[in-house]
Amino acid sequence: MNLTLKIWRQKDSNDTGKMVSYNVTDISDHMSFLEMLDVLNEQLVNSGDAPVAFDHDCREGICGMCSLQINGEAHGPDRGVTTCQLHMRMFKDGDTITIEPFRAKAFPVIKDLVVDRSAFDRIQQAGGYISVNTSGNTQDANSIPIPKADADEAMDAATCIGCGACVATCKNASAMLFVGAKVSQYALLPQGRVEAKERVMNMVNQMDKEGFGNCTNTGACEVECPKGISLTTIARMNREYLSASVTKD
Amino acid sequence: MSTGKGMTSVGRKVLMALSGFFLLIFLLQHSAINFLSVISPDMFNEVSHFMGTNPVVQFALQPVLAFGVFFHLIMGIVLEMQNRNARPIKYVDNRPGANASWMSRNMIITGIMVMLFLAIHFYDFWLPELNVKFIKGDMTGLNTEGQYRYYEELRHKFVDPIRVVLYVLSFVFLSLHLLHGFQSAFQSVGFNHNKYTPTIKKLGNIYAILIPFVFIFIAVYHFITKTA
Ligand code: HEM
Ligand code: SF4
Ligand code: FES
Repeated sequence: MNLTLKIWRQKDSNDTGKMVSYNVTDISDHMSFLEMLDVLNEQLVNSGDAPVAFDHDCREGICGMCSLQINGEAHGPDRGVTTCQLHMRMFKDGDTITIEPFRAKAFPVIKDLVVDRSAFDRIQQAGGYISVNTSGNTQDANSIPIPKADADEAMDAATCIGCGACVATCKNASAMLFVGAKVSQYALLPQGRVEAKERVMNMVNQMDKEGFGNCTNTGACEVECPKGISLTTIARMNREYLSASVTKD
Repeated sequence: MSTGKGMTSVGRKVLMALSGFFLLIFLLQHSAINFLSVISPDMFNEVSHFMGTNPVVQFALQPVLAFGVFFHLIMGIVLEMQNRNARPIKYVDNRPGANASWMSRNMIITGIMVMLFLAIHFYDFWLPELNVKFIKGDMTGLNTEGQYRYYEELRHKFVDPIRVVLYVLSFVFLSLHLLHGFQSAFQSVGFNHNKYTPTIKKLGNIYAILIPFVFIFIAVYHFITKTA
């Protein structure tokens, strides 16, 4: 199929940037969206132009590096997939596709479609871990009984790959789904309870410091999240935060 | 709610929800009393007089209500401004309808429309009441013929078709506000449970449609049955 691409081009973080149109031809509907961009970049390089910079790594939906706001939706029009898993068969011959970087004050553009998502790393560093002694005397994990339902829910929360689609899609650029997932994966397990109060307070504080917006519970994040992280994780974060702020000294 | 350095996003949302809950309870009470005007003018008069002169209502509950509305409004505007700031560069291609309802995305618009209504409402009912009771010092609630004045005053307001139309429109906006707001408030205070949340959402839809409908019904009823 032949497509018109409208892509955000920006030389570096100081450049104002603009949308630029390109044409690509003979795109197979078996290609992934990133493979389609590879075709474009090869074309650009061959004609002596700068290729379009975009983030990617695993290309199998697990690393969370790929991003892209495609036709106004994070990771494009499909549901439950990252951009690298988005197939070109979701589009039709002759389509015009708009490709923009994830937009948020906390995710500044570095170049073209690449944004700096290190705000997420700093939120994780603020509390997204448990302090355990790894000296070799660690207790066998199976010696602590955990209800299957809790283990499953914690696992579901832990599938968040930190891609930032929730922020990109939220009208408020709120990071609450990401932080909700990270708080939940620990809050549900006994190992995580030990530092639960400090964790939720520190992570929420860091989230605010990074300049993400407030949650209006529109639910857009849950719809666009490639991993199906649930809004219930945000509610859990809210009540963890509430109880921590009331009981913590 | 804070960690010493001001309030967090979660704290702000909890307060937004608490003020929302408070307004939801208030509105339930207000609609019930207003509905009496359709069933029984006498009962409406009695209750209005009680609410208008009881010191607990006047000097304890009313200031709390005024503060609640004011707080909800200010916090709504603060949240909206912060949220806009969080995305300084907008998308060229934006399709917000693809993943979220209109109601959830436009709480500030529906909320401000409700606020505009409240301004008219204060002008219509509240200021005249303050004037009669506290400036003229007439706490009797009686008209010149020695009968309670509340019912006839209410009837008089709904003679004007423009006022009735504004009234109806405002409650449509309130309905849109609550179609998202009711269930959202539960989520904000951290209540989301597989067993109860579906029921809360249903209750929210019933509340958001029924309560504004009652207010609309009352206005239209008095307009239609007016004695020229
Ligand atoms: C004075 C006019 C009003 C304004 C400007 C206003 C504004 C807002 C805004 C902007 C929000 C969304 C906040 C956010 O999630 O980011 C909101 C939520 C809400 N409003 Fe209002 N509102 C008004 C009146 C009312 C009234 C009269 C009621 C109830 C009868 C009400 C009930 C609620 C509820 C329950 C929520 C949900 C709280 C939450 O999401 O946590 N509001 N309001
Ligand atoms: S919650 Fe979903 S959308 Fe948000 S960062 Fe995690 S995986 Fe991505
Ligand atoms: S490149 Fe790893 S998730 Fe898409």
